[in-house]
Amino acid sequence: MHELAITEAMLDIVLRHAGGARVRRVRVTVGEWTGYAGDSIELFWQELARGTAAEGARLEFRYEPATLRCRGCGAVFAADGSGLECPQCGKLGGEPAGGRECTVDAIEVEGGEPG
Amino acid sequence: MSTTVPVVERVLSANDAVAAEVRARLDGKGIFCANLMASPGAGKTSLIERTVEALKGEIAIGMINGDTSAAAFDAERSQRAGAASVHVNTGGKCHLEAAMVRNALSLLPLEGIRLLLIENVGNLVCPMSWKLGAHVNVLIGSTPEGDDKPYKYPKMYAGVDVVVLNKIDLLPYVEFDCDRFLRGVEALNPGLRTFRVSCRTGEGLEEWFAWLRDKARAAR
Repeated sequence: MHELAITEAMLDIVLRHAGGARVRRVRVTVGEWTGYAGDSIELFWQELARGTAAEGARLEFRYEPATLRCRGCGAVFAADGSGLECPQCGKLGGEPAGGRECTVDAIEVEGGEPG
Repeated sequence: MSTTVPVVERVLSANDAVAAEVRARLDGKGIFCANLMASPGAGKTSLIERTVEALKGEIAIGMINGDTSAAAFDAERSQRAGAASVHVNTGGKCHLEAAMVRNALSLLPLEGIRLLLIENVGNLVCPMSWKLGAHVNVLIGSTPEGDDKPYKYPKMYAGVDVVVLNKIDLLPYVEFDCDRFLRGVEALNPGLRTFRVSCRTGEGLEEWFAWLRDKARAAR
C-alpha cells in the first residue's frame, strides 16, 4: 500500500516538469532501502495518471540495491537481509550507503522543449 | 518528435519541505516532538498511555494518532490518559505524512503544549521514509517480535534516534536474545539511545520518562 503515496508524489513531479506537454516515458530510480515495488507503483500510476497529461506514459525503473559501508574497512556490501557482516573484514553492520532514494530522473514528452 | 527533460528530483522532496515547515512551527512554539514508530502490537499506545499518565501533571502533552481507518480507539485511549488528541485517518495509507501532521497541528491547542507525541501507523517499512518534522524518531520494539528485527529492517533501525524495547517482562517466555538484538542495533546505529521497558510492570519506564521530560524542558 505504501506505493500509493509515493506514486502521487511522483505524478506531481512529472506533471510539473512536463509543463502541459503529453508525457510518453518516465525514468525512475528506486532504491531498495525504500521498499517500493515497481509493479505496485505501476498499478497506482495507471489509476492516478488517468485524465492527466501523463496518462499512458511508460514507467522505466532502474533499481539500486541497498548497500552498507563497513565502518571497519570501508567496503561497500549488499544489505540483502542475509546478515549484516562485512564480507571483507567480518565486522558487523555499517552506514547505509546506496539505495536510499527514490527519484524521478527524466521524462520524455511529445514535441519540443516544454514551456 | 519527443524531447527528454532531465528532472532528478527526490520523490519525497515535497514531503520534506512540509516537514521542515512543521518543525519550524513546533520550534516557534517551544514544543518538543517525538514520532513513535513500531510494528502493530509492539505497544505504542500502551507506552503513550503510561507516558501521558506519568508526565501530564508537569508537562502539557498533545497527541496525534495516525490510523489507517476512522476507528479512533488509540486517540480515545490517549485522550482518556490526559492528552489533547487528534485522530488522523490516513485513508488506508500505511504511514503518516508531513501534510497530515501540519493539518493536525491546527486542531491542537498548541499554546499550552510542550510535548507532542505522534503515534505513527503500525508498520516497520515505510514510515521512516516520510519525515514529519519531529525532533526525534523513536522505534518501539518488543520481545515477542524476535531479536532479528534490526537485521530484517535495517533501514528502520539505521534511521531512528531512540529505540525502546518493550515487553521485557516476557523475556522468560519468548525466544529473544537481548544481546543479539542490541548488537544488531549498535551495528546499524552506533551509540543509539536505547531503553528496556515493560509497560505492563512499569520496569524501566522511569528512565524513559526522565529522558523525555528533559527533552521537553530543554525545548523551551
